[in-house]
This record gives sequence, C-alpha cells and structure tokens, in this order.
Amino acid sequence: MTRLASPARNPGKLRRAGRLATSRGRGREVHRTVLTEDRKRAAFQALQDRILTGPGRASPEQRARAFRNAGLAPPLGGLLGKVATRPAQVTDADFAAARAAGCTEDELFELVICAAVGQAGRLYDAGLAALAAAAGEEDG
Amino acid sequence: MRLDVLNHGYRPGTKLLFAVIRLFSGQPVPDAARLVFYRPDFYGSRAKEFTQQAMRGPSAWPVADRELMAAYVSTVNDSAFCIGAHSATAGQAYQDGAKVQAVLADLESAPIEAGLRATLRMLGTLTRAGKVSADEMRQVLSAGVSRQQVADALAVCAAFNTTDRLADAFGFEVLSPEGFETGARYLLKRGYQ
Repeated sequence: MTRLASPARNPGKLRRAGRLATSRGRGREVHRTVLTEDRKRAAFQALQDRILTGPGRASPEQRARAFRNAGLAPPLGGLLGKVATRPAQVTDADFAAARAAGCTEDELFELVICAAVGQAGRLYDAGLAALAAAAGEEDG
Repeated sequence: MRLDVLNHGYRPGTKLLFAVIRLFSGQPVPDAARLVFYRPDFYGSRAKEFTQQAMRGPSAWPVADRELMAAYVSTVNDSAFCIGAHSATAGQAYQDGAKVQAVLADLESAPIEAGLRATLRMLGTLTRAGKVSADEMRQVLSAGVSRQQVADALAVCAAFNTTDRLADAFGFEVLSPEGFETGARYLLKRGYQ
C-alpha cells in the first residue's frame, strides 16, 4: 500500500516506477496520466538501449561515442557531429571520407543512427526536465 | 541514398515487397519506408514502435495536430523530405493544406489555437537551441495545454528530430507532390507500424 500511495502523491516517483499499472481511489487519474507519458518514453528507451548495447558491426564504444557526439576523431567525428547538430549540411564527401578512413557501410549505418537518436534523446530529456520544473512549481 | 546498403542491401522478400508496393501505389517506396526495412532488428522495429506511439498512440492531440508538429519540427531542421511528407499528411488530416502552409510560413500569424501555437513555439526553441526554459514551458501550460499534452508533443519532437537527421544524413530522395500525397494517404490509413 505504501508503494501505491506514495507515488500517487508524487508523479515523478511514479514515472520512475512505471510498472504500477493499477491504482485505487483518488490516485487513479494521476496514474493513468503518467503511465501514458511513460510508455512513449519507454519505447524511445527501448530503441536507445538496442542500438547502444545490442549486437552490431560497430563496437559498443564507438556507438556510445556517436550517441554522445563526443570523442570521435575526424573524419568520422566530422560526419557524426553534423548528423547531431546540422544534419542538413551532411554531404557525399563526408561519407566518402569516413569510408576512406576504413568505415564499412554497416558501421556507418549504425553510427549515423546512434548520432541521430542521441541528439533526439538529449532534446527529449531537456524538454521533460523543463516540463517537470514548470509543472512542479505550479503544483507547489 | 548515400549508403549503398540502403539502396540495394535488402533481402529478396523485401525487394519483392517494394516491387508490389510500387505496382499498387504507382509510386516508388519512399526512402523513409525503405530505411526501416534494412536490418530492422537494429533500428527499424523499435523506431516504428516508438513513432507509432508518438504519432498514433493515446493523446489529447488529434492526429492532424501531431502531423503538424512533425512538419513544424522538420521545418526548423530544414529537412526537405520530412517537410514534404508531413505537411502533406497534416494537410490531408485537417483537410486544409492552406492552414499547414500558414503555420510553416509564419507561426505567429497562422490561424490556430493559442495552445497549439505555444506548443509549436516551444518545440521550435527546443529543436533549435537544444534546450528550453521552465519559463517557456510555463507559457505553454498557461495557454491551456495539459502536462500530458506537453509530454506527448515532446515524444513527437523526439521522433522527428531522429527521422529528420536520418533523412538528411542518408539523403532521402525528395518525392514529387503526388508521391508525398500518396504517402500521406498511407500514413493516415495505416500509421507508422
């Protein structure tokens, strides 16, 4: 009962404990609201976890660096930095340079995806954090 | 597309499927659809699931508004393929293409409700600057948008900040207006799964 009652008063806690699918009494509306949000974030997390830790042609270390947009030397770092911050400026030459440096097509497929999902995830988290800050102040 | 595996690297069954789709729709399979068929266990399966949740899952935002958010985020990212695809889809969903064009041309003067306008403005800030202040978020909430609706809009934003980047990096071919309209009919009928 404490497990149910406590998160009902604190949506932030409930979001982290996303498996509390049922609820009783006045907490019900809060539970339903937060769980919808949580399902979408969880689906994004499943994508993120797969590309970072599942089987792949690029090493997990390389994928993590691509995802964080940090710690990759040129020319690969140049291509993936553009994917993260100015994707409309990616050119054929960026891919040619990465291939010439020894990257295979399948490694590039994976690393470009990691860079894109990484940046999108940072935006997603920044938005949710600002929302929690704004909504928290309203509740208080 | 810029990777040869994304042009030619599909299994025979997938190639056959592309040929059948082309035969029945009269249009080539859009690169956005082709991408999720390449090694789907790495990206496509889970990407489709997340995008479907964001764009067609439970939300107080109608599908038309979510497609407009997708088109708007893509406009901020200057992602030609996704602007074409989702402005066509939003236009069909609203049955009002002019409204969509007005939003993409000038958000502040477009004929939409205050809550949707504040939400689009916030998604634009987040996409452009990589962050958004609690103060701007409060403006969205005080325009009558619920906390859940903001979270739902952020999911749409995440889906299209991913897809826009892949479209531009891999070099999705921009379709003809007819191609985008055909794709839009498909997305409204079948969704992203």
